Amino acid sequence: MSLNASEDVVRMRSAVRQAAIAQGLSLVDQTKIVTAASELARNALDYGGGGAVDIELVQNGVRPGVRLTFVDRGPGIADIEQALKDGYTTGGGLGLGLGGAKRLSNEFSIVSQPGAGTRIVIVRWRG
Amino acid sequence: MDRIPILKMGPYLLVTIQVDMHDELALTLQDDLTNRITATRAKGVLIDISSLDVVDSFIGRMIANISAMARVLDARTVVVGMLPSVAITLVELGLHLEGVLTALNVEKGMALLQRA
Repeated sequence: MSLNASEDVVRMRSAVRQAAIAQGLSLVDQTKIVTAASELARNALDYGGGGAVDIELVQNGVRPGVRLTFVDRGPGIADIEQALKDGYTTGGGLGLGLGGAKRLSNEFSIVSQPGAGTRIVIVRWRG
Repeated sequence: MDRIPILKMGPYLLVTIQVDMHDELALTLQDDLTNRITATRAKGVLIDISSLDVVDSFIGRMIANISAMARVLDARTVVVGMLPSVAITLVELGLHLEGVLTALNVEKGMALLQRA
């Protein structure tokens, strides 16, 4: 699913919600992963010059979950540790997106290099 | 262009957000509300978000901005109807909406505005 305009973010939120419902996540867990996805999608749009998200229904033993993979073609992040700190922003935002998305996910991984874009994977499992 | 309707009820403005807003729509609402507060000399703004199943940092910031701008324009803002799942997620996200008045429903929000 491509992320090139703010309408795409609205569509993505709805698709992630459907995936979370299909996997039987509670209402709170649905809301957490949709919110995390919204933050990461906006980052891809605002800082990454657009990108894409892959929504997967995954299974860990008997535990179902939703895995989201965000990729963008942006300038990449030089200092990931700093970017994860609350309040740190290079744009006009609140600087809560990356750290907040990490807190709202059960699993979070980020791969980024200056000039090579950013790839973020998050998973939320059924509680 | 899409717009969220703003209703006038006596000295108050009433907004019910019923769609999942994209970012430009949220910014338009912020501008429209600020203009309407000045034009109508409203004393209070009530924003019903009971239909919103997601409030991310962008929408959260818009709510905080509206509340701050309204205060500067001598109007109080009350946000009503936040779903418990949204409240839990917002706090975990790190957004505490300090300085924003909230109430559980429209009736209680109206009572709060009338006392303010």
